[in-house]
Amino acid sequence: MTKDLIVPAAEGLYCPPGDFHIDPWRPAALAVITHGHSDHARWGSGAYLCHEDCAPILRRRLGDVRIETLGYGESRDIGEVRLSLHPAGHVMGSAQVRIEHRGEVWVASGDYKLEADGVSAPFEPVRCDVFITESTFGLPIYRWRPQAEVMTDINSWWAENARAGRASVMQAYGLGKAQRLLKHLDASIGPIVCHGAIEPLNQIHRDLGIALPPTHNVGALDKSGLSRCFALAPPHAVQSGWIRRFGDHSDAFASGWMRLRGNRRRRGVDQGFALSDHADWPGLLQAIAATGAARILVTHGSGEALSRYLREKGYDARPMATEYGDEEGEAEPNVDADIDGV
Amino acid sequence: MKTFATLYRRIDAATSTQHKRQALVDYLRAAVGDPEQYASAAWTVYFLAGGKPRQMISTKLLRQFALEATDLPEWLLDECYHSVGDLAETLALLMPPPSREEDAPLDLWMNERLLPLRERDDAARLAALRGWVDAMPSDDRLPFFKLVTGELRIGVSKLQMTQAIAAATELDAKLVAQRMMGYTQANRAPQAQDFVALVAPAEAGEEGRPLRGQPYPFFLAHPLQAPLSAFPELLGPVDDWLVEWKFDGIRAQFIHRAGEWWLWSRGEELVSDSFPELSALVDFLPDDIVLDGELIVVAPRSDARFAVDDLSDLRPFSELQQRLGRKVLTPKMLRERPVALIAYDLLEKDGHDLREKPQRERRARLEEVVSRAHACAMQVGADLPLRLSPALTQPDWESFARQREEARARGAEGMMLKAMGAPYGVGRQKSGANFWWKWKLDPMSVDAVLIYAARGHGRRSGVYSDYTFGVWSGPPEQTDRTLLPFAKAYSGLSDEEMRKVDATIRRTTIENFGPVRSVRPTMVFELGFEGIGPSNRHKSGIAVRFPRMLRWRQDKPVEDADTIEALRALLQAPSA
Repeated sequence: MTKDLIVPAAEGLYCPPGDFHIDPWRPAALAVITHGHSDHARWGSGAYLCHEDCAPILRRRLGDVRIETLGYGESRDIGEVRLSLHPAGHVMGSAQVRIEHRGEVWVASGDYKLEADGVSAPFEPVRCDVFITESTFGLPIYRWRPQAEVMTDINSWWAENARAGRASVMQAYGLGKAQRLLKHLDASIGPIVCHGAIEPLNQIHRDLGIALPPTHNVGALDKSGLSRCFALAPPHAVQSGWIRRFGDHSDAFASGWMRLRGNRRRRGVDQGFALSDHADWPGLLQAIAATGAARILVTHGSGEALSRYLREKGYDARPMATEYGDEEGEAEPNVDADIDGV
Repeated sequence: MKTFATLYRRIDAATSTQHKRQALVDYLRAAVGDPEQYASAAWTVYFLAGGKPRQMISTKLLRQFALEATDLPEWLLDECYHSVGDLAETLALLMPPPSREEDAPLDLWMNERLLPLRERDDAARLAALRGWVDAMPSDDRLPFFKLVTGELRIGVSKLQMTQAIAAATELDAKLVAQRMMGYTQANRAPQAQDFVALVAPAEAGEEGRPLRGQPYPFFLAHPLQAPLSAFPELLGPVDDWLVEWKFDGIRAQFIHRAGEWWLWSRGEELVSDSFPELSALVDFLPDDIVLDGELIVVAPRSDARFAVDDLSDLRPFSELQQRLGRKVLTPKMLRERPVALIAYDLLEKDGHDLREKPQRERRARLEEVVSRAHACAMQVGADLPLRLSPALTQPDWESFARQREEARARGAEGMMLKAMGAPYGVGRQKSGANFWWKWKLDPMSVDAVLIYAARGHGRRSGVYSDYTFGVWSGPPEQTDRTLLPFAKAYSGLSDEEMRKVDATIRRTTIENFGPVRSVRPTMVFELGFEGIGPSNRHKSGIAVRFPRMLRWRQDKPVEDADTIEALRALLQAPSA
């Protein structure tokens, strides 16, 4: 049996023949980054390699660090392996990492979703022998409705609030979810406010050619504007003074966890919209099947359940321990993750 | 179903009582104005006010249905259930999308589809479910499965429903409360005319008068938590108060009208059949009379000669529990665990509603009625299962406080304080000096260690919120001592504390057993409980009643938690 191309190590997922780490949670010499969320792109590594659209996000998060980039499908030889990045559809610049070594191919998915969100490059399945998949929502209870339907609900909620003269305050993760929402909001309903922690990320997206509707600082709107506005903020901001500017408002949270009633109730928001940047259960199974891989390693989330299910379907599957969190915000709130890039 | 589902979602999404109430009022206004909706509204009110029909489909069959419909392995269905914390919601989330959509009103669903299921076999039930669910919009499935499992749990109280009806109809809330009495009884199938009777304009002279066997709304007590030093200012002189023991039984209303009798529990269930021995009261009490009191098991006796307020023979609540929920009452059970009604209020006499009369007058007339019945029974040598709750007298509040310490020894939980000048109110009154106060003993408590945790349900689904606690089997110097489980508790922590405990549990897990985890002992809690008794179900040999967390003792290392001896000492104390 050949040696594994990717193994769990103290710093994170490690590729011995290439001598680099993927999304290390502790400093490493070379960190290959799947995407810019704070639990995947951490500070302190010697050099970073990521997709070219991920670089500005990384730079904003980590400051002046050494970053090299690749386009999707472009390959580079590192040590004994050939590495390439492929669209994961999770957020802007997110990538699956393909590693080829003596004819054997491994793919580490990072986080991914199958539905095209209109912002990030859509997920592309990559044939491989071993697939390392995420499983944030790895139970059959997680099944997303099409984005268009959820966005219709969100726009109706906004329109109804605007008619009643109250602001609509949406809590959402600052990188990815925020821009996805912005992209599909019906800007004819009213003005859009973005919290200061989100606006720089919007700018990065605009610079990369994503058309987003105009967004305002909360101070730029008068009372009448505020009473009709849609406001986007990272979850931590709703406890700050920022929220008080809106007076009477309706609040909501957009996350895959909102599919469960208990989570909606615990959040204590008026509306929970189940909108996720991760694959749902059918999405995970579809992605896994499309790789053609016989061996599956399952990281964070419901790793045990998904592995067992896959084993019963004839795969060689097992969980793989990692320290990735869950930016959709149900786990212990990670302030860094919430603020992202500030 | 769509109308009900929409209302359900609106109530469920409401983050304040005000929004919840508005959703109810909006719905009721529309229903009152539309005779076509009366029949479904009758059911809607029934469910939201807490009515539960007998289960129509067993959990086992529902699981079987889910496995077939989703083609999932059973362990994965369990995994999903543990993650969601609610079977109805799990089913709603797992069902494949409908192939077509249809809608039928709630009354048709209940009367023509769901209730008749009881008469059919499992194969027919499964086939029916398959067809219905396949034609049901995804949004309607959660309330549908909630109805089927009988676990609506949506956070509307009967009181809120009463107030919403009052607001929607502009009727007096007391009148609505009277009309609601018994509305949510199990196994009732409310009809359009029942809804009409709830919301109809008040008739002249109706004034909340109950019909035939219908009870009055119970007057409920507030906990008295002020320190003794504040009593004189809060309550005034002791003479203004009727002070009684707070009994640990079942609150009940005994109704004797037109030669028939009815017994209603506080939960507004008709329980006459469970306590047939109370039929003896009819022979000795005058007609058209309503008593409020407490049902308690008493020691069987051979001699009928005893004082009317003699309470030396009360048995603990655990014996009453053995009487409840039995389909068949054996003569042996009736002989060994007879109950008596300890009367403490008179609500109706000679057909007149006495509730507006002051407590002082009601008490005097109660004493007269009960004493007379007692005397009559003694004359013929009958053992009448009726007592009078003694009125306790002391010169001041300090003396009452001392006397209260005897409560447990007398099988009571504390004392009741009732304003002598006050009428008998409706429900738990919000304000005013006319409260009934319950002045309970402080709970017994020990410092115990959290050893197992399970995920909660409803609002706490997915969170480790249900804990099992243990105490040490021996003193610290005993090196091989272990933690003996003795109680489960899930209330008493703030959301913030629970989040921290949940995180600690996840960090300190030793082993997973399905939804339950064993954890490394690191957390100590002060656990309070109301009663304690021997038990052969628990390893510790002890069972406690109403356990809850009083405090998280973050200051206390697990080695300093209490030992089993502390519990045994409480067990042997005269109070137990």
